[in-house]
Amino acid sequence: MSASNDSLSSPYSAALFTGLWKENPTFRLLIGLCPPLAVTTAVKPALTMGLSVIFVLVCSNIVVSLMRNLIKPHVRIIMFTVTIATFVTICDMFLKAYTPKMSEMLGAYVPLIIVNCLIIFRAEACASKSGMVISILDGIGMGTGFTLALCTLAGIRELLATGHVFDIQVMPKAFVPWLAFQMPVGAFVTLGLILGLITALTRKKGA
Amino acid sequence: MDTFVALLMGFLSVVLVNNFVFTKFLGTCPYLGVSGHLDKALGMGLAVTFVTALSGTLTWMVDAWVLTPLHLEITRYICYIVIIAGAVQLVEMYVRRFFPALYEAFGIFLPLISTNCVVLGICLFLDVWGTNNLLEAVVLSTGTGMGFTVAICIMAGIREELMLSDVPEALKGAPITLITAGILTMAFMGFAGMIK
Repeated sequence: MSASNDSLSSPYSAALFTGLWKENPTFRLLIGLCPPLAVTTAVKPALTMGLSVIFVLVCSNIVVSLMRNLIKPHVRIIMFTVTIATFVTICDMFLKAYTPKMSEMLGAYVPLIIVNCLIIFRAEACASKSGMVISILDGIGMGTGFTLALCTLAGIRELLATGHVFDIQVMPKAFVPWLAFQMPVGAFVTLGLILGLITALTRKKGA
Repeated sequence: MDTFVALLMGFLSVVLVNNFVFTKFLGTCPYLGVSGHLDKALGMGLAVTFVTALSGTLTWMVDAWVLTPLHLEITRYICYIVIIAGAVQLVEMYVRRFFPALYEAFGIFLPLISTNCVVLGICLFLDVWGTNNLLEAVVLSTGTGMGFTVAICIMAGIREELMLSDVPEALKGAPITLITAGILTMAFMGFAGMIK
């Protein structure tokens, strides 16, 4: 269909890789910022959240891409949201059944994936315009980029707030934990500083 | 009298102590995106307050009177999101008809309220908090919207000043806004624990 099969799979690899860095949803596009701030007190919940987002993103991209020729433009947003809500419900029930503790920890942030701008943005910008393969790859790429960003933030915060990452002691015993990094202030400041660092680095590269 | 005090406490709690933006990170996107001008921020905040109050109340009613008795909790999220989208559509039509200038100023942000985390957030948290009467639901959802308005207006005021100040080159734009927000949350942490 709209994806060309002859060229050296370049649209495919492009769809897969732009989300990782060039258009990283959290660090470059600044969309869907609630989960990166809210669930990144430790790496485990961040990883769970990231995987849930990948699942929802890929599934909704598939469905949106399949029905892109059937829906009228003015009802598309509501159709996208209902699709996303369906998959989020599945994901929420799955988490509740298999990792009840984690589900309790993430709480309302799992259903809040529905209103994560990232997912509806990809539905609108990619899946509603391109074929299924491209949409799947795009979902995987963007989702992975999002997960990486989440884990980076969570890693920094968990390390500074508790001295260990993934429940493994990293810092020496003498390290005094910075509890502030477990609080909201840590989330905002860490993300702000990372963004500043990225701006500084990319600007030098460009110049 | 007791119920009145309880409601007032609940209201103050969601506006100041458990402010959604500062403690639950909900609504961070418009918080960072639109909060460049004070008047625009106020308008945005009021629109969100209205939608939150409307959809918080509606979803509570649907949840308590339709979904729970019929054991349809599984469709909860889908119902919520459809109700919110409807409420936003209503507000959008109203604003376009009666306040065209404001409508122009909002641009893309008005339809985006339906994907504003604050709105879905309050619908979900009403359930988490175990709100069990209609009045409480109305007060809490209105208060949440107002808390968002307070947050976005404070931020807009600071950002107006920030435009005139000398920010390090790399931190211009979003990074300094986030750091400012972080410091603001510390200020709001002063309220923590005053009301549960």
